[in-house]
Amino acid sequence: MKRIVILGAGTAGTMIANKLRKSLDKEEWKITIADSDKLHYYQPGFLFIPFGIYNREDVIKPKSDFMPAGVDVIYSAIDKVDAGKNIVILEGGKILNYDYLIIATGTKTYPEETPGLTDKLWYKEIFDFYTIEGATALRNFIKGWEGGKLVMAITEIPFKCPVAPLEFVFLADDYFTKKGIRDKVDITYVTPMSGAFTKPVATKMLSELMEEKNIKVVPDFYIEKIDNDSKKLISYDEKEIPFDLLTVVPVNMGDKMIERSGLGDDMNFVPVNKETLQSEQYENIFVLGDASNIPTSKAGSVAHFAAETLYENLMNAIEGRPLLAKFDGHANCYIETGGGKGALIDFNYETEPLPGTFPLPGIGPFGLLKNTKINHYGKIMFRWIYWHILLKGKELPVEPLMTMAGKKKII
Amino acid sequence: MAQKNYAGKQIEVTEEGYLVSPDDWTKELAVEMAKEDGIELSDKHFEVLEYLRKEYAAGTALSIRKVGKSGIVDIKGLYSLFPGGPLKLSSKYAGIPKPASCV
Ligand SMILES: Cc1cc2nc3c(=O)[nH]c(=O)nc-3n(C[C@H](O)[C@H](O)[C@H](O)COP(=O)(O)OP(=O)(O)OC[C@H]3O[C@@H](n4cnc5c(N)ncnc54)[C@H](O)[C@@H]3O)c2cc1C
Repeated sequence: MKRIVILGAGTAGTMIANKLRKSLDKEEWKITIADSDKLHYYQPGFLFIPFGIYNREDVIKPKSDFMPAGVDVIYSAIDKVDAGKNIVILEGGKILNYDYLIIATGTKTYPEETPGLTDKLWYKEIFDFYTIEGATALRNFIKGWEGGKLVMAITEIPFKCPVAPLEFVFLADDYFTKKGIRDKVDITYVTPMSGAFTKPVATKMLSELMEEKNIKVVPDFYIEKIDNDSKKLISYDEKEIPFDLLTVVPVNMGDKMIERSGLGDDMNFVPVNKETLQSEQYENIFVLGDASNIPTSKAGSVAHFAAETLYENLMNAIEGRPLLAKFDGHANCYIETGGGKGALIDFNYETEPLPGTFPLPGIGPFGLLKNTKINHYGKIMFRWIYWHILLKGKELPVEPLMTMAGKKKII
Repeated sequence: MAQKNYAGKQIEVTEEGYLVSPDDWTKELAVEMAKEDGIELSDKHFEVLEYLRKEYAAGTALSIRKVGKSGIVDIKGLYSLFPGGPLKLSSKYAGIPKPASCV
């Protein structure tokens, strides 16, 4: 019997396990998936926890709910891959042999990479919302906060869901407005990039939102360290930003297992061919989701669109055909903008986010790059779609490759 | 899009002065570009520029941290070579596109 091993049972691993089990003969192919965590986290929901919109229970379900029959699930940490020998070594020494390997170990936050971040104010006045622990600790703090300087800072790029910190400041504006203390809260958005938005059309359409909501943007600020005593962010070129409450997107890197296996770049992301999703180093290794180095957003929607390409190319490889399926980098993200509204962006490797409607050209219902109520419901609906359709590897009424229909070219 | 004269040639640049085509790059052009911002390019600067061009051609996503780990300069060093916006400026003089995120 031939073997496929999938590393990581998060968004990407779960989707591809479902897709493969459906189409591969059970007598011929054994499919094994390994993950250290028995719980599945709906990460897009973390964003809503600090504001009390979602609770812990809304974003966690047992992984076993989403695993198809006929897939071997192993709950164990993965120590490393020895790709030369086609084996995976689990923590404790157990060995899994494979004919094909799919890496889906995602990306993690490494707050300890930034000096001072995990010092004495960590989870007291400094928080992340990229983990359930951070989001819940922030929730408890924010409930009783009476105002001051709120700083939302990005430490490094790339990071998963690039729109999440933007959504965070929009939701914070809304939250403190409703609480009646918006005039006591000073919101600043700090980024190492040249602006909160870097693509011309998105900049034009979304930067006025920042102004409208009185959110200050500090661009080109690359954090060297956090001074816990004076409560300041300090940049490499010695600029300073004071804070009372700091929310931060810590450095994102792939899992250390990738480094131990010698399969990653210097951020532990696995280099792949961005069209075929095959590893640059080994022909029988493919990578799905945040774990790869493809130059598009690290997002669940991308993993969903890419799963189609990966599936086809794995079949091509198995049946000895050239890898004809090509991924275009398609990403589709809802942006919560507060006040019960949302915007939607759709883009790929080549095309920057453009205005228009999605998924039905000219009809919508979702307005791309427009700030509307229906887009907000899209985000809320997404949680249902995620649990019930996406993870199970079912089709969405959306094309995996991006289409220009329904969009307006404006430059 | 605009045209600019560098090293005696008309070159296509973006609104922010980045080269439209990395193939138009020459060392002389880099020197002239940096001079406009008051930066005199040294051999160390060129080591960084060559590194960026090589990584860009290989399709790598670049970050300040990555350059800091390249063994050419550390991050502080990069800041003193290209004050203000090290990756932004070095990308410009290396003739590669301005660093961008997805929105
Ligand atoms: C705050 C926030 C908001 C977001 N919002 C959106 C959104 O609106 N839309 C959207 O599309 N995406 C969003 N995302 C991004 C989305 O959640 C991720 O892109 C997606 O989950 C990536 O899937 P993945 O399978 O690659 O990684 P993950 O889902 O993170 O799964 C990786 C899995 O690998 C396991 N693993 C890793 N290393 C090991 C090891 N050594 N041993 C054993 N197991 C291991 C982990 O336990 C985990 O289960 C958001 C993310 C965050 C944090």
